[in-house]
Amino acid sequence: MSGHSENPETVDSKRRKLMVSAVVASLAGAGLNLVELAMAKTSSEATSKLVRWGLLIDTQKCGNGCDACVSACNTEHNLEDLGRPETDAQWIRKIDLVDEQTSHVDSLPMLCQHCENPPCVDVCPTGASFRRDDGIVLVDKHTCIGCRYCMIACPYKARSFVHESLTNQRSWSPRGKGVVESCTFCTHRVDVGRTPACVEACHVEGGGAMTFGDMMNPDSEISLSLKNEPSRQIREDLKLNTGVRYRNV
Amino acid sequence: MSQHYRTLAVNSPSYYALALALAALALLGLGAAHYMESEGHWVTGMNNQIVWGLPHVFAISLILSASGALNVASMASLFGRTIYSGWSRFSGLLAISLLIGGLLILVLDLGRPDRLIIAMTHYNFKSIFAWNIFLYTGFIAVAGIYLWFMFERKMNQYVKVAGLVAFGWRFVLTAGTGSIFGFIVARQFYHSAMMVPLFIVLSLSLGTAVFILVTRIVGGLSGSSMKSEISFSLMRLLGILIALEGFLVCVFFLTGLYTATRYDVVLFVLVNGGIHTFLFWAGQAVVGTAVPLGLIFLIKTQPDTSVRLASAAISKVIGSFCLLYVMVIAGQSYPQLMFPGKQVRSTFFDGVVIHYAPSWLELALGLGGISVVGIIILVVTRVLPFLPAEAQRVHSS
Repeated sequence: MSGHSENPETVDSKRRKLMVSAVVASLAGAGLNLVELAMAKTSSEATSKLVRWGLLIDTQKCGNGCDACVSACNTEHNLEDLGRPETDAQWIRKIDLVDEQTSHVDSLPMLCQHCENPPCVDVCPTGASFRRDDGIVLVDKHTCIGCRYCMIACPYKARSFVHESLTNQRSWSPRGKGVVESCTFCTHRVDVGRTPACVEACHVEGGGAMTFGDMMNPDSEISLSLKNEPSRQIREDLKLNTGVRYRNV
Repeated sequence: MSQHYRTLAVNSPSYYALALALAALALLGLGAAHYMESEGHWVTGMNNQIVWGLPHVFAISLILSASGALNVASMASLFGRTIYSGWSRFSGLLAISLLIGGLLILVLDLGRPDRLIIAMTHYNFKSIFAWNIFLYTGFIAVAGIYLWFMFERKMNQYVKVAGLVAFGWRFVLTAGTGSIFGFIVARQFYHSAMMVPLFIVLSLSLGTAVFILVTRIVGGLSGSSMKSEISFSLMRLLGILIALEGFLVCVFFLTGLYTATRYDVVLFVLVNGGIHTFLFWAGQAVVGTAVPLGLIFLIKTQPDTSVRLASAAISKVIGSFCLLYVMVIAGQSYPQLMFPGKQVRSTFFDGVVIHYAPSWLELALGLGGISVVGIIILVVTRVLPFLPAEAQRVHSS
């Protein structure tokens, strides 16, 4: 016989209290969830077909040695330099163009062009590559199987594959080993009315070469700029109707 | 005359040695895949520029071979070449085994092979890749039914119908595989409608060569060999298919030279592509085309066709592997055309030819896939009568 015994009533009382606490906690949790749900934006509010986010890059204002946009993107999404340039992810990169006839040098940032008809979305077997109503092309990291066909299909080489386990990830920008990723136009910022990190950095530290905005709004700065001055798409022959446009290339 | 079949009922040391070697290779491949998945793909030679590497070359080779390996069954049941009918069952088994081996490599190379269930439940029907999932799994089902009709006496009457479906299916399958590349507007080397007929004919010639080699190995294990008239007929078939493939390869490259956007990359492969140029000319043109054609059509002094046939088949397999390596890797290695008329440079290797050095892990995964094909053949032929009973006994009078 055990030397220690408990009063059965005390045990029952403790159990009852525990159960009551559990029920209260569950209800409170459910209530909080309901409140959160009620407060959340509906999907149509979050993204709308009435909006088409776009980016205009004026290469004349884009400095040759400036990579403020690249650094900002790397910091924002914690794209670490692991010392393996072949496999390190790059969501935005600076490209130098040297004219073969005149030797004139242009410098411009290259990133996902957020096409209206994205080849990456067309080729993705599981539909993990998708385009939001507001034109932002993303990868659903839960359904990407890591086949990399989208990387083969992207005319801009704008996608990276996560080649290793990652640490210190940003809560707003989860990434995963074995999955393809690319520029998200910083949806976490855009959805709350801010501009992408690269655009912000370009204005603060760079030459102010980037204009971000709603291309569907005729009064937006980007729409007026696109209307009034010439611009071009890269690989316009593919008729992808890109969300990123360039000037002075 | 009714056809009799036998199992591979051998207990020779060579059978067990081969089985053991294949099992060891398969385990090595599985281990390599596990290491790749747990460490991440940075341990391989593949990267953000060469996203499809040696495993894909192995996988595509096996998938194309699978389709072509069914040639013998098609010849027998569709085109009335009864000479081949004894090998029809084996032809079907080999086709299914090759496809399983190829798919295994593809799946184990995925970034997330654990999400295979997603690939089987989420489909984007705009993607040719998604269609290929149906084509590959469907091929296994169609070839399986074809085999069942061959085995089941009551269903024998439907063999021709099943053979017709299988014949059509494999054309669509190889067309689908070629389309994976042909549809890609982003890569100048791939973007060609010629990819479809080229892959179809490549599958026919490569599959026939693989069939010849595997039957020879199986014959070696059981001390029998293919009847000389079948060997002779297969040799002529292989020769015609290799010649046809050579013609289509010429057309593929010549049309490339006439297309402004493809001119540079085609010239790269043909003239100054380093390893790619070497593999194309030495591998595909000489070893894979000239040598087997010479063996088949020019050398007639050797009365025993089996040596010539086996040599031609080995040459063909090596050549096709070289061609597929060039097709898959050179298409990614050469810079993408983004800014015509400009020299391009960046931290992401824009504008430069990418050097690809496959790792032993990729090689092990590829060889592992081939080993699985061998294991399936060794086990299934031991249990079920897939081999023709009338194959000639070696050294028989």
